[in-house]
Amino acid sequence: MALLEVSDLHVEFAVHGGSVQAVRGASFSVNEGETLAIVGESGCGKTVSVQSIMGLIQTPPGRITRGSAKLRGHDILGGQAADGREIRGTDIAMIFQDPMSSLNPTMTVGAQIAEPLIVHRGYSHRQAMRRAQELLEMTLIPDAASRIKEYPFEFSGGMLQRSMIAMAIACEPSVLIADEPTTALDVTIQSQILDLMVDLQRTNNMAIILITHDLGVVARMANDVAVMYAGEVVERGAVDDIFYRSAHPYTVGLKSAMPTNRRGAVQKLTPIQGTPPDLFDAPAGCGYYTRCPYAMEVCEATPPIVFDVDREHQSRCWLHHKDCLQQVTQIYRP
Amino acid sequence: MNKPLIDIRNLTKHFDRGRHKIRAVDDVSLSIEAGEIVGLVGESGSGKSTLGRTLLGLDRKTAGKIFYKGSKLPTVYRAKDFHRYARSMQMIFQDPYSSLNPRMTAGEIIGEALRLHSDLNKSDIAKRIEEWLVKVGLNTDHLGRYPHEFSGGQRQRIGIARALILEPDFVVCDEPISALDVSVQAQIVDLLVELKRSLGLTLLFIAHDLSMVRYVSDRMAVMYLGSLVEIGRSDRIFFDPKHPYTELLIGSNPEPDPNQERSRQKVQSIGEIPSQLDIPTGCRFANRCPHAMAICHDVNPVLRIVSHEDDKRLVACHLYE
Ligand SMILES: Nc1ncnc2c1ncn2[C@@H]1O[C@H](COP(=O)(O)OP(=O)(O)OP(=O)(O)O)[C@@H](O)[C@H]1O
Ligand SMILES: Nc1ncnc2c1ncn2[C@@H]1O[C@H](COP(=O)(O)OP(=O)(O)O)[C@@H](O)[C@H]1O
Ligand code: SF4
Ligand code: SF4
Ligand SMILES: [Mg+2]
Ligand SMILES: [Mg+2]
Repeated sequence: MALLEVSDLHVEFAVHGGSVQAVRGASFSVNEGETLAIVGESGCGKTVSVQSIMGLIQTPPGRITRGSAKLRGHDILGGQAADGREIRGTDIAMIFQDPMSSLNPTMTVGAQIAEPLIVHRGYSHRQAMRRAQELLEMTLIPDAASRIKEYPFEFSGGMLQRSMIAMAIACEPSVLIADEPTTALDVTIQSQILDLMVDLQRTNNMAIILITHDLGVVARMANDVAVMYAGEVVERGAVDDIFYRSAHPYTVGLKSAMPTNRRGAVQKLTPIQGTPPDLFDAPAGCGYYTRCPYAMEVCEATPPIVFDVDREHQSRCWLHHKDCLQQVTQIYRP
Repeated sequence: MNKPLIDIRNLTKHFDRGRHKIRAVDDVSLSIEAGEIVGLVGESGSGKSTLGRTLLGLDRKTAGKIFYKGSKLPTVYRAKDFHRYARSMQMIFQDPYSSLNPRMTAGEIIGEALRLHSDLNKSDIAKRIEEWLVKVGLNTDHLGRYPHEFSGGQRQRIGIARALILEPDFVVCDEPISALDVSVQAQIVDLLVELKRSLGLTLLFIAHDLSMVRYVSDRMAVMYLGSLVEIGRSDRIFFDPKHPYTELLIGSNPEPDPNQERSRQKVQSIGEIPSQLDIPTGCRFANRCPHAMAICHDVNPVLRIVSHEDDKRLVACHLYE
């Protein structure tokens, strides 16, 4: 059994004149000590999916309309919040893309790291501050002893993200959710932060859910991958399945639109034409229909179901239907 | 050899912050040949945008000279200078959201430069605007729409049409794709490369994404804390970086290929970019450099040629002296 298993999640937001179907079928899971990457372009529902797990969806306007999220078999979504609240922040912790907006500007960094330890773990103030310093040392912040007394504005972007990680791992969570933790950082600092996450994972056997739109980061970090598009997980599998046996046209499209650097290889980028659909007026059929080079008649009005391509490798696309005769070379069909 | 289209010599741009000086661009020399794409990379705050803006007179340079087709550009741009050089040099900005006036329609935005800097009549201007809409992959339905009615990629297309409608020779593209979705980035890059070919443009392409820079540019210049540390052919630099900072940048760049990532050598990456307010004496990279020697802390290395192959690589590092 997976440590955290999300099944068939649906989330919508009430907006003027209707609703936005932000998540329309997201299933993914992560094992202890492993990393799941959720990849997809902006607006495809990555953040809303993990916010749902964290109980961060404001209701109204937001509403989880279907699905479950089970941690060690116990549902932690929505209504059963009593269960959920205890777990979140201690057993599941989250770090955000923009650390500045999730830190309190009027409190020292040390006090902010110490707070959850005092609240959830019953540490005394002194114990908690000592632990805060240790945590900053673990996240490789130089001069941790003096840094714990400083305020967020005195930190650089890379140091802020490290402090966020220190805060998130303070209560030794079994799942760490990181929503684009390095998107705002330079590649050099990104590398340091990713290495740090891997080191912490090794020592704590923590599961990581890493949200990104960068396939390079996916390739570096992930054991498993969920590819999201227009609110749905369109392909799921082990990292090698996703890269070397891509089964969904969107995954193939993303790969061909990004440059790779293999020595000697002459490369040509193939852009995906058009733009993602508006989820206010979510498409009736396949979400990728208007951009898909393999689109068939059936795809326009009938949403594809999820097909098992291999063991533990799934794709939401009609090309995998046994009656589909279209010959495609780039799509993996065993 | 031809005269370079753009020749930057010892360009310096300082900003005053209180009693301090920010040396955003410090003694930069670079020449750009007609028809080439030069990529400019480096960490945030290294001075890439400032270099681009100073080059076009949008920021006033502190010292140094810039030559365009052999003639020296003014230090202080007056209205007539902007008028004169707008036809030759233009800029495409990173943020397609904030760089377009929200109260102007796409057609007005694209045509503005023609109204200001050309003597075409109304109907010719309208014709040119329509031509350019199509050239950048939009259509005449889009003419009367406002920026907020477009997607990020479409807004960047408007920004490109606006910059290119005067048919300049030289365009500074400041992170033209950073704010766009992955699937749309390749569309915009292809469009730029295609327009570059058909119009014979020369581009300075500023970007964070090293793989993209390698993909689009002929040569690459690497900037660190206001100065250039390495210049050479993009492919050569990418697969054989010489300067330790370039090595760090490229070694940190994640490849979308799990096998390649698994066999990657971990780069030794220490510290962060120091503040512009206190640029170290000697080599600016010394506090992060795994190869730093005694001399590095005292003497600032200057760019010199380290290989004479077809690449003519320039590197500023004591390891190559
Ligand atoms: N108008 C200004 N006034 C004062 N300082 C400035 C100004 N513009 C830029 N700077 C400073 O100059 C330095 C270089 O900035 P610049 O924007 O050129 O960097 P960059 O390499 O383009 O970074 P990024 O990758 O983040 O765009 C920074 O320290 C910046 O804070
Ligand atoms: N509070 C909200 N109200 C209305 N729509 C929202 C809200 N939050 C998110 N959305 C919409 O939900 C969709 C998915 O958003 P998000 O999960 O943030 O995407 P991602 O993280 O993949 O970029 C988008 O269409 C977004 O505009
Ligand atoms: S279901 Fe049809 S439109 Fe959707 S991805 Fe598959 S082939 Fe393309
Ligand atoms: S000059 Fe010295 S410190 Fe600077 S990059 Fe070269 S070896 Fe490193
Ligand atoms: Mg998001
Ligand atoms: Mg910039």
